[in-house]
Amino acid sequence: MRRLLIVIPYVWLLALFIVPFLIVFKISLSDTAIAIPPYTPTLDVSAGFGAIRDFFLELDWENYIWLTEDDLYWKAYLSSLKIALISTFLTLLVGYPIAYGMARAPEEWRAMLFMLVILPFWTSFLIRVYSWMGILSQEGYLNQFLLSIGVISEPLVILNTNIAVYIGIVYTYLPFMILPIYAALEKLDISLLEAAEDLGCSRFSAFWLITVPLSKQGIIAGSFLVFIPTIGEFVIPSLLGGSRTLMIGKVLWEEFFSNRDWPVASAVAVVLLLILIIPIVLFQRNEQKQREAGK
Amino acid sequence: MALDAFAPWEDPTAKPLIQFQNVTKRFGDFTAIDTLNIDIFEREFFALLGPSGCGKTTMMRMLAGFETPTEGSILLAGQDIAPVPPNKRAVNMMFQSYALFPHLSIWENIAFGLRRDRLPKDQIAARVEEMLRLTRLEKFASRKPHQISGGQRQRVALARSLAKAPKLLLLDEPLGALDKKLRQETQFELMDIQEKTGTTFVIVTHDQEEAMTVASRVAVMDHGQIIQVATPDVIYEAPNSTYVADFIGEVNLITGKADPKGDALHMHWAEAQPAIVGAPLEGAQAGQELHYAIRPEKVSISAEKPTDAANAVQGKVLDIAYLGNISTYHVELAGGQIIKAQAANSRRISRRAFTWEDDVWLSWTATAGVFLER
Repeated sequence: MRRLLIVIPYVWLLALFIVPFLIVFKISLSDTAIAIPPYTPTLDVSAGFGAIRDFFLELDWENYIWLTEDDLYWKAYLSSLKIALISTFLTLLVGYPIAYGMARAPEEWRAMLFMLVILPFWTSFLIRVYSWMGILSQEGYLNQFLLSIGVISEPLVILNTNIAVYIGIVYTYLPFMILPIYAALEKLDISLLEAAEDLGCSRFSAFWLITVPLSKQGIIAGSFLVFIPTIGEFVIPSLLGGSRTLMIGKVLWEEFFSNRDWPVASAVAVVLLLILIIPIVLFQRNEQKQREAGK
Repeated sequence: MALDAFAPWEDPTAKPLIQFQNVTKRFGDFTAIDTLNIDIFEREFFALLGPSGCGKTTMMRMLAGFETPTEGSILLAGQDIAPVPPNKRAVNMMFQSYALFPHLSIWENIAFGLRRDRLPKDQIAARVEEMLRLTRLEKFASRKPHQISGGQRQRVALARSLAKAPKLLLLDEPLGALDKKLRQETQFELMDIQEKTGTTFVIVTHDQEEAMTVASRVAVMDHGQIIQVATPDVIYEAPNSTYVADFIGEVNLITGKADPKGDALHMHWAEAQPAIVGAPLEGAQAGQELHYAIRPEKVSISAEKPTDAANAVQGKVLDIAYLGNISTYHVELAGGQIIKAQAANSRRISRRAFTWEDDVWLSWTATAGVFLER
């Protein structure tokens, strides 16, 4: 029985991560071809051992070498990292005060506030991003509002710029930042802040010396939860960003569907995964630390 | 050297360190503190004792600065402290939960307040070492709070609150989280530290034994008011009300009608029972309703009627509570009144003189109990 319980997650991991990864990895070593599927070679197990050996001989690292030769790719990776870092920081800036406010709200309000944070998930992500187009476009609600109150005399160009991408990412990933920080802040004992004040801290320094360090685990968890999916984000930059918004998710999509170059697209995906392993491992370590501290 | 030298509250020229002047504190409709006046003197170990919800914690939080009085003023060394925020007060508090900073080591916890004062590094280090020595925590300086025991955490909290050498240290149920043995040891440790540092301590507790052990004076509180302030022995021997008598230790309370007779006061309390004879109560009128309070250990129990006792009543042993060193006998008198009498178990239990259903005589002297008006 115990062995079965251990086996289930491994089967899950094998079926939903390792097998798809191996398929993608195999395609990344193939060559593009005008065929169905659009790459060669394809593995035909029924043709015997010789055919399988030939199949492996035909695989090569050509696509990975190509990624290093064309500067589009590493520029896209770097630009994705930059956008992910900045938007993680912005999300933290917006999310921390919200989480703080929730944790300090009267107990009977908290359940409702919590609901409000996760309420957007009830609507399709795609529709929510589309509606930002309606808000941010030059004839959009935001410009109409700003024009009507006279703050600006000409409509602002926000849509199809990186600013729109940041707005979209912050909006979409905000709950992933708020919830872990809220969880950390809610556990914080108010008497610690009173003790800090009693020992000579101002309210502000008590916040920096006590509240922030004690919510550190929540900040780290929230940041990774935003940073990791943002690197590979495709929908937001392609809907809200302009032609100059360069993100690896968009490049991947274009290689796959516009170029129909599955092998290069797969190579891009594998490299993206390798890049993501570093923050994912760090995230796991943080979670582990949190669990140990909780004991 | 006089043993009983420390009693500034009896000296009319002494200046109190803390004065509560007609302090009232309301939370909405609820009155937590009701026009309270009290003086606390320097170097005192002052205990606020009362059941939960009596306002003792509110008083302490007002001293620390976390609450401000709705009416009246609190003076610290003659200065009204109402406008002074908690971080500017020469008052430190030891929290009931200890409130140690979990992300800082013991050393850093103790240094926390000193660093806020921007003292030079070597002075901070010297002071922290001193505090570690005082509380015998030298070995644990680099540990985090979750790596030490409850008793050690309690000492860290004490060291941290004493590090800034406050004029006044507030202790909110400081020993509540410790088990009984450790609590008793720590009580003496607290007194020792209080004497060594000369700091004025105000302790909040609901544990009457703790208050009696550590305090120079005890204030018994109820419903936002102080019922009695006195030294532990006065609180015990001469309570001013049945509330205080009942709150501190065990007591027999008997209600009756006053009958002053010359030097003594008699109280008639039941048909067919002799009147209780005791020391007179000032202002007691004949026929006035009175209460008589007598501690169980001051009631003697005997098989024969004692000849020389001022008060003697007969009854039957209803129950015996054996506590090892002493036994408490619950004796039912003819009218149904139950009187508790305590006797030291100087003999082994098998040779106990009285057992259930025995007819016994209870007796006590004229000065053993006190008459109370309320």
